[in-house]
Amino acid sequence: MGNTNQGAALGKSRLRGLVDQYGLPRLIITGFLLFLFILAPIGGADLPTQITNVINRFSWNSVLVLAMVPMVHAGCGLNFGLPLGILAGLLGATLSIEMGYTGGISFFMAIVIATPFALLLGGGYGLLLNRIKGGEMMVATYVGFSSVSFMCMMWLLIPYTNPSIVMAYTGVGLRNTFSLENFYANVLSDFWKIDLRNYNINLIIPTGTLLFFALLALIMWAFLHTKTGTAMTAVGSNPTFAKASGINVDRIRLLSVVLSTWLGAVGILVYQQGFGFVQLYTAPHFMAMPTVAAILIGGASVNKASIANVVIGTILFQGLMTMTPTVMNALIHMDMSEVIRQIVSNGMIVYALTRKEGAR
Amino acid sequence: MSGTKSVSEQAVNLLRNNIVPLMFIIICSICIPLSGFTPGYLINEIVTRMGRNIFLILSLLIPIMAGMGLNFGMTLGAMAGMLALIFVTDWQIWGIPGIVLAMLLSIPFSVLLGLMCGKLMNMAKGREMILGYILNYFVTGLYQLVVLYMMGSIIPIMHASIRLPRGFGIRTTVSLANMRRSLDNQFALYVGKVKIPVLTFIVIGLLCLFIVWFRRTKLGQDMRAVGQDMEVARAAGIKVERTRIIAIIMSTIFAGFGMIIYLQNMGNFPTCTAHSQVGMFCIAALLMGGASVEKASIGNVFLGVILFHTMFIVAPKAGAAITGDPMIGEFFRVFVSYGVITVALIMYESKKRRAKSQGGALLALAQREQEGGAQA
Repeated sequence: MGNTNQGAALGKSRLRGLVDQYGLPRLIITGFLLFLFILAPIGGADLPTQITNVINRFSWNSVLVLAMVPMVHAGCGLNFGLPLGILAGLLGATLSIEMGYTGGISFFMAIVIATPFALLLGGGYGLLLNRIKGGEMMVATYVGFSSVSFMCMMWLLIPYTNPSIVMAYTGVGLRNTFSLENFYANVLSDFWKIDLRNYNINLIIPTGTLLFFALLALIMWAFLHTKTGTAMTAVGSNPTFAKASGINVDRIRLLSVVLSTWLGAVGILVYQQGFGFVQLYTAPHFMAMPTVAAILIGGASVNKASIANVVIGTILFQGLMTMTPTVMNALIHMDMSEVIRQIVSNGMIVYALTRKEGAR
Repeated sequence: MSGTKSVSEQAVNLLRNNIVPLMFIIICSICIPLSGFTPGYLINEIVTRMGRNIFLILSLLIPIMAGMGLNFGMTLGAMAGMLALIFVTDWQIWGIPGIVLAMLLSIPFSVLLGLMCGKLMNMAKGREMILGYILNYFVTGLYQLVVLYMMGSIIPIMHASIRLPRGFGIRTTVSLANMRRSLDNQFALYVGKVKIPVLTFIVIGLLCLFIVWFRRTKLGQDMRAVGQDMEVARAAGIKVERTRIIAIIMSTIFAGFGMIIYLQNMGNFPTCTAHSQVGMFCIAALLMGGASVEKASIGNVFLGVILFHTMFIVAPKAGAAITGDPMIGEFFRVFVSYGVITVALIMYESKKRRAKSQGGALLALAQREQEGGAQA
């Protein structure tokens, strides 16, 4: 009798440990997503279409989420300054088109042109963050905001001339949104694309984009296991110890910020090639929050993140984003997805900020 | 580090402490002639905006006193005020009674939200600002859930005029036509073309008096002690957590009142988004008045409102005059408001860090001296 009780208690504690390890919010969101997947066919939504949507959205956003990893690793907190990297990417995109590149080359050139901007902006941003250790997140948010609003002026003032991207009437200043149809829309996703529509299944897999993300993730993973990468992890988990063992903390942090910014720049280009449009002006304002939420849903905390967190988090978050509206609409003819998105993503960030182990 | 400071040193210090307001005084004095507004129009606009905004900005002072930084969570109070206004509009209680009722009704909402905000901030000490900032988005989600889906279906809404045609949820805009400026117009004085909303200013004055008085009470002193050093305050027997929660609740309640005053001046409000910019503009104005993250006075509030709104009114026109594109001016003023917050935050964080490392250096010096003494 006592034995079974003990066994039950042990089982319970093991379950408890599993829940603790996986994280309660992540468990709830995973459950909710599975629930949606089950409900989708009942509500009349086509399951393969849903899976296509989720995979597509995953492929657009995964690199942006990956951009969170270096800074979290080096203890710089969640990168609310992601808009800075996005701006570098936008500069790359617009300049590459302005210079007359088209097709797949324009994507490559966009990355090439964005790189120096990302290094420059990331470098400045990193030096700034080194001066304000401990208060990175709030400053990062506002650095992002002020640089986005600064670039709002610049998009009007930089003398772009390419007619396919400047304002239609006046010819001065860039458009709010422009199509990438003749440039790099779908260059990655069309590469080795798996299209099952011929077999009456509505499933399309953008293999190229997934491979591109896998490549970057692999490089990131390998980098984190090099000497510098290990040093980065040490700086993130215990800066005093890292300093004592002879690591130049400031240099490592700077490197992580530059890396994050560059990945942000590449991330937005990947996003654009999937989405098919470039959004300028205030659009980058709203990109940091969902990205931060995604990696947190994946199980990362304020100073710990892995590639697995990125993958799981992006799938869960994007799954939630794409599934909720369709299923809700099919079942109760009411679209609450925007409200749910806001509550879930921001609730997740609040939860992460209040966790004890996240505190330094 | 001598006890007496030279005059030039004092002047440099004065300049350094007031660099932000000075900079904006210069920007405004360049932009005003370029914008081509008449002084009468400009002064009237500024006085109107002072009446509209000062109460909201004053609500930021108490958390700063308690060392909790700029209360980005003040928008929670604004949402409480908006909820109360929706109910009062539905009950069709107009004019000043409507405003007073809305203020009373906003208190329970504010207390509840403030309690939540304060508790969470106690769980994230040292990260209060970013928490408040994110919390505002989280609560916006909850607010929208209540306003768009629960009102009319679970919470009774009587009048179809504010309900969405689908039967539940509130329309995109709530009209306060019968409440519009009822506080401002009561006893309003006209000096030339300038309208002075006397009653609104009396209400603002009362809050200023309250803040001055509150600073001297036991609770106010406790808050200042907590703001100086939490551990010392705890050792002195102050309930740190409780004091901090009270500070946030008070700020939230005042922000709710402030939002109601703000909206009665505007005359209508977008149901879901009226509060979204309020926090940013109030904080930017306060900082422009020369406040910092750890120190702010009533004077900063008044100076800040005048400077911020002067810039806000003249920037688009001045921008158009300089560059020929009015959009540039629009973007410029947004950039400046974000920029001033960024600079203030950077200054605060680097100062905090410098103070910490200075403390460490002093300690090391003292230890070295001690060791030296022991060796001698």
